[in-house]
Amino acid sequence: MKELILLLLATIFVHNFVFARFLGLCPYMGVSKKISDAIGMGLAVIFVLLMASVFSWFLQYAVLNPLHIEYLQTIVFILVIAALVQFVEMVLLKTSPALYKALGIYLPLISTNCIILAVAILNIRENYNLIKTVVFTVGAGLGFTLALILMSSIRERLELADTPKSLKGEPLAFIIAGLIAIAFFGFSGMM
Amino acid sequence: MSSKKLLNEFTKGIIKENPVLILMVGLCSVLAVSTEVKNAIGMGSAMTFVLLGSNILVSFLRNSIPNKVRIPVFLIIIGSFTTIVDLVMNAYAPAIHKNLGIFIPLIVVNCIIIARAEAFAAKNPVLDSAMDALGIGFGYALVLFVIATIREILGNGTFFGVQLFTGFNPVLIMMLPPGAFITIGLLMAILRSVKK
Repeated sequence: MKELILLLLATIFVHNFVFARFLGLCPYMGVSKKISDAIGMGLAVIFVLLMASVFSWFLQYAVLNPLHIEYLQTIVFILVIAALVQFVEMVLLKTSPALYKALGIYLPLISTNCIILAVAILNIRENYNLIKTVVFTVGAGLGFTLALILMSSIRERLELADTPKSLKGEPLAFIIAGLIAIAFFGFSGMM
Repeated sequence: MSSKKLLNEFTKGIIKENPVLILMVGLCSVLAVSTEVKNAIGMGSAMTFVLLGSNILVSFLRNSIPNKVRIPVFLIIIGSFTTIVDLVMNAYAPAIHKNLGIFIPLIVVNCIIIARAEAFAAKNPVLDSAMDALGIGFGYALVLFVIATIREILGNGTFFGVQLFTGFNPVLIMMLPPGAFITIGLLMAILRSVKK
């Protein structure tokens, strides 16, 4: 149990997917302008991440390994993720229009979010069992959401600030991300 | 088809439509592997190879791919070339392959490649698409090279693994993630003020 909690905290804070592993930067820069968008995107990512990692974990150990076609991992995983995102979108549209309205616009963006594929592959590379896979995945999603919320709350204020013209928008966002990353080093003492 | 047009397809990717600094796609791999110039060159060539292969094949098949399933077809094409690069690098350049780690399979979700397949190769002839891929690939590799040069010199005091100064105290933060974020932010700002 202690091991699992440590894994969760390490994935959220110490090896944060955005600040330490550089994953999911495109949606991170694109959707971090408003807090409400950041929360929506974060929830959508956690939702798809969980389904994709568990599904790809079973696929690896039930199909790819027994058939000795591990080299097809990249192609199989990306197709499964793309299909899954499409499927989730259709199911949400039919069953829960409210949830679809909240998460729907973020879903197409997610299939090209490298976090999803990265977590699926990392689970296999690190030889995680199913429980660790779930914990690692939740940690990855929460870490990404935390990074998004932090960034969007800063950027909402920056919109009104008088910043140099060439730094406005993305350049400043990157520099701020760098400063947050320095702050996140503080967490490495926690472990 | 004039050679001037082909040259134009090549050069636009380097500055005007630079994938990283202007279009802001493919950021993850740029920031993650730019700790050493050697890794940057490895990643730049892997990326250019996949881009070239997928652009040529997509452009070649552009009239026979049904419109409705084009994205999955693109993904399979890109995924195949990514797997080729992954296996070849693992066999012939294991040290670089290990340094690049997860970012090699992640080429498949790199938005640069799918964006070029969708926006350019699916509509243009083979030769144009090949030049477009080379230009965009070169633009990507160039940014990677510049960032890696800055980070390796400041963070480690070396260039391409060669010691440059004696008695230089390296700025460790440049080798760590914050260094990457701050370097790319400043580069973007410089490019913007120059372009104006």
